[in-house]
Amino acid sequence: MRYLPHSPAERADMLAVVGAASADDLFAAVPAAARLRGRLDLPDHAPEFTVEAHMRALAGRNHAAADGPFFIGAGAYRHHVPATVDHLIQRSEWLTAYTPYQPEVSQGTLQMLFEFQTQVAHLTGMEVANASMYDGSTATAEAVLMAKRLTRKDKVVLSGGLHPHYRDVVRTYLDNAPSLVCQPPSPEGQGDILSQIDDDTAAIVIQTPDFFGHLRDVEKAAEAIHIKGGLLIVVVTEVISLGLLEAPGALGADIVVCEGQSIGNALNFGGPYVGLMATRKEFIRQMPGRLCGETVDADGNRGFVLTLSTREQHIRREKATSNICTNSGLCALAFSIHMGLLGEAGLTRLARLNHARAVALAKALRTIPGVTLLNKSFFNEMTIRLPVPAAPIVELLARAEVLAGVPVSRLIPNDPSVANLLVLAATELTTDEDIDLLAASLTEALA
Amino acid sequence: MSMNTQGRPTGTGSSSAAATGSSLLPDEPLLFEIGDTEHSGVDLPEAVIDDEFLAGFRRKTPLDLAGLTEPEALRHYVRLSRRNYSIDSGMYPLGSCTMKHNPRLNEKIARLPGFADIHPLQPVSTVQGALALMDELAHWLMTLTNTAAVCLTPKAGAHGEMTGMMAIRAAQVARGQGHRNIVLVPDSAHGTNPATAAFLGYTVKSIPANAAGTVDAAAVKAALGPDVAAIMLTNPNTCGLFEPQIIDIAKAVHEAGAYFYCDGANFNAIMGVVRPGDLGIDAMHINLHKTFSTPHGGGGPGAGPVVLSAALAPFAPVPFVRKGEGPLMLVEHAPEQHLGRITAFNGQMGMYVRALTYMLSHGGDGLAQAAKDAVLNANYVKARLTPAFSAPFAAAGACMHEALFDDQFLEGTGVTTLDFAKAMIDEGFHPMTMYFPLVVHGAMLVEPTESESKQTLDAFCDTMLALAADAKAGNAARFTSAPTRAPRRRLDETRAARQPKLKWEPPADLPQAAE
Repeated sequence: MRYLPHSPAERADMLAVVGAASADDLFAAVPAAARLRGRLDLPDHAPEFTVEAHMRALAGRNHAAADGPFFIGAGAYRHHVPATVDHLIQRSEWLTAYTPYQPEVSQGTLQMLFEFQTQVAHLTGMEVANASMYDGSTATAEAVLMAKRLTRKDKVVLSGGLHPHYRDVVRTYLDNAPSLVCQPPSPEGQGDILSQIDDDTAAIVIQTPDFFGHLRDVEKAAEAIHIKGGLLIVVVTEVISLGLLEAPGALGADIVVCEGQSIGNALNFGGPYVGLMATRKEFIRQMPGRLCGETVDADGNRGFVLTLSTREQHIRREKATSNICTNSGLCALAFSIHMGLLGEAGLTRLARLNHARAVALAKALRTIPGVTLLNKSFFNEMTIRLPVPAAPIVELLARAEVLAGVPVSRLIPNDPSVANLLVLAATELTTDEDIDLLAASLTEALA
Repeated sequence: MSMNTQGRPTGTGSSSAAATGSSLLPDEPLLFEIGDTEHSGVDLPEAVIDDEFLAGFRRKTPLDLAGLTEPEALRHYVRLSRRNYSIDSGMYPLGSCTMKHNPRLNEKIARLPGFADIHPLQPVSTVQGALALMDELAHWLMTLTNTAAVCLTPKAGAHGEMTGMMAIRAAQVARGQGHRNIVLVPDSAHGTNPATAAFLGYTVKSIPANAAGTVDAAAVKAALGPDVAAIMLTNPNTCGLFEPQIIDIAKAVHEAGAYFYCDGANFNAIMGVVRPGDLGIDAMHINLHKTFSTPHGGGGPGAGPVVLSAALAPFAPVPFVRKGEGPLMLVEHAPEQHLGRITAFNGQMGMYVRALTYMLSHGGDGLAQAAKDAVLNANYVKARLTPAFSAPFAAAGACMHEALFDDQFLEGTGVTTLDFAKAMIDEGFHPMTMYFPLVVHGAMLVEPTESESKQTLDAFCDTMLALAADAKAGNAARFTSAPTRAPRRRLDETRAARQPKLKWEPPADLPQAAE
């Protein structure tokens, strides 16, 4: 077996040193009733090429995003990742390092995390950021818990524009507490979250661009919640939008969480992704996740360490502030490299390009008979209303190898008011030909 | 001075650190000290846009993000990388972390466009291969554990614990037993166990280990009662020992109306040899990033699927794959009792691909052999290091996949466990896990994994024995000043925590302007 270094002779030598007659002797402490008798019903070990053939066959049964026109977004976006990113993250020293608990031999990872935290803070317009979360959805749930700890209040209101999966994750984390108010879906950008705010409100959660693509007024929300002593949590699922849109921190957000997948990370059928979390400096001791800080070594040289770990569960046990230990180190690295390659100039261009492609898409969709564009504002994603239920149309177009977007009913089932809605995204990879093909096939399907 | 001053020294700031190190391992300034807001390593066409759809929310705050061209970026990240230790460069004997070899075939397969370039919300008719892969991985995990169901989606071990404990809570509530609010946790447990229980609102009740380093069924029975919801037990435990009374413990837990959560962080010791389902467990997370070789990546991404007994299977969160006649289905919305959703989308697909590739490469026979080799390696280290090192539970017989030592052998030397670990760095080895488990004074937990050759283990043991002899010979200074041969000497963690500096700030005495 190619991954196991011992020869039978070496095993015998080692057993002799241990003083055991056989490997089975080493399991003597295992009660007889607990030991597996006989063989597992699993295949035996296999050469690389056999495994590769099996896996290629599975991969071959999937339609890759690059295989045709592709307009699916809704919280995960198809973007170009520079070749340099994937090359670098496969370097052994990045890929096969552990969490940097021994800082003297982990300065690479630690300095990268320090740079990552700086990038996220600048991007979101916040004072501090942590070293990553699992993804945007769990980061949102953790942000809600953080706000409850900080305010010692109970009620939390989720905007109807919040991604339905994120809403569901918050519900699960809060065990469906009655103090959690979920506003109904707001496909037209409507919904009055501000009237729900009262003195017991710990936080309101708004997403911008929201699930349906609308840009939301962060400043107004911040004013309304701050008057009542609560916190504003802003969720961003398309992080590239921050290259064009105002930073939530500049508009009064108290906690910003993002899904960082768009930068540096592939679609991967949903994971691994990277959650970003940023907040005000005064809140860091209640912030979940790892933090990297600057310090000096015994010679006075600048160095970096994981810090404030007394918040964390591997140290703090039952007094920990969150449910996160291992998180998204390598995805954060991919994010940081891609962001370092972009820089301010590149991210700005990328964001403008995304918006321009979305404008082209919106204009094409508006010309299709029976299609109504619901958005007055958007970044790179929008919602249209079809004259018929969207799900069968999407299925029909998929058969023609056009992946036309996400029917809202996939995420919000059993709600007739959203059955005809379709959410579509464009990115820098969306070509005019893709848009023409979509428009033509959608027109035909609706005819 | 060996500070790297190649490339542009200007930028949004200026480097301030003094430097040590060799000419082949130069210090590397921060990205923000070498890059600026004008440079970019990505060529993109300039798009013309107007404000029609931006509702007045166009950005006014500067991004102030440093950019590098491609050659500059490569150099920055390659230089940084060389300041890291990694499995590929040496043994990583971190107890309870299972730092085993990460096969590169896994990386290659995970990057096939059919896995990497598919969207979680594509029509399920276009991702049948992905669902088949999830189903196949589930089959392997259930077969290896003899359990009824598996929830693949948890993002890491602690997330799997949370999911498993949520399933337990949901099951209790469904049985009208929602009042049960106590979770029993042995004091040798991983910190994540009590953290998870407390996170879900349970009161944690500690169970002491016995003199042999394991948990007595009698102690568990004494702690059980009508308010106990579950026990969280790690097996093999964090002392590296198989819990000999585990079947009795499971029986007692079930008789008391509680459930048995098993922390599967140490599954590597027993995969293919013992099936946890045969022990009576109800839920157990499996760290794909430990047992099934998906890379740690400097702290994630992980994946923590949780296997469930028949009693808990009806409460698994969405989504999950359902097999029937015809195409595979992805169940995304919770019918009846299911506990809801614990993450957006479908979990860590990239990790599923790597883990299944690893399983298929090993086969059932190879996995069992890997477990046996992991146990053999730990026992070999233990045998070679004892009695120069003090092994607190040696009387218990063979250990499982990790060997536990305490700091008794350092008594009177002026050298602590931490000092000893730092001296290992100077000898080219990553330290073992220190001061964990908490039940042992100055603990040193060594987990070599099956990936280490006899030659490497011998070199490791020779080094450890030489260091122990040196400590006993009175050369404390070598330990207390270590490391001296790493990219950095010991770092001032107190300062980092007292005056947190968590991001780069432009130096106050220099103009901030970009070039």
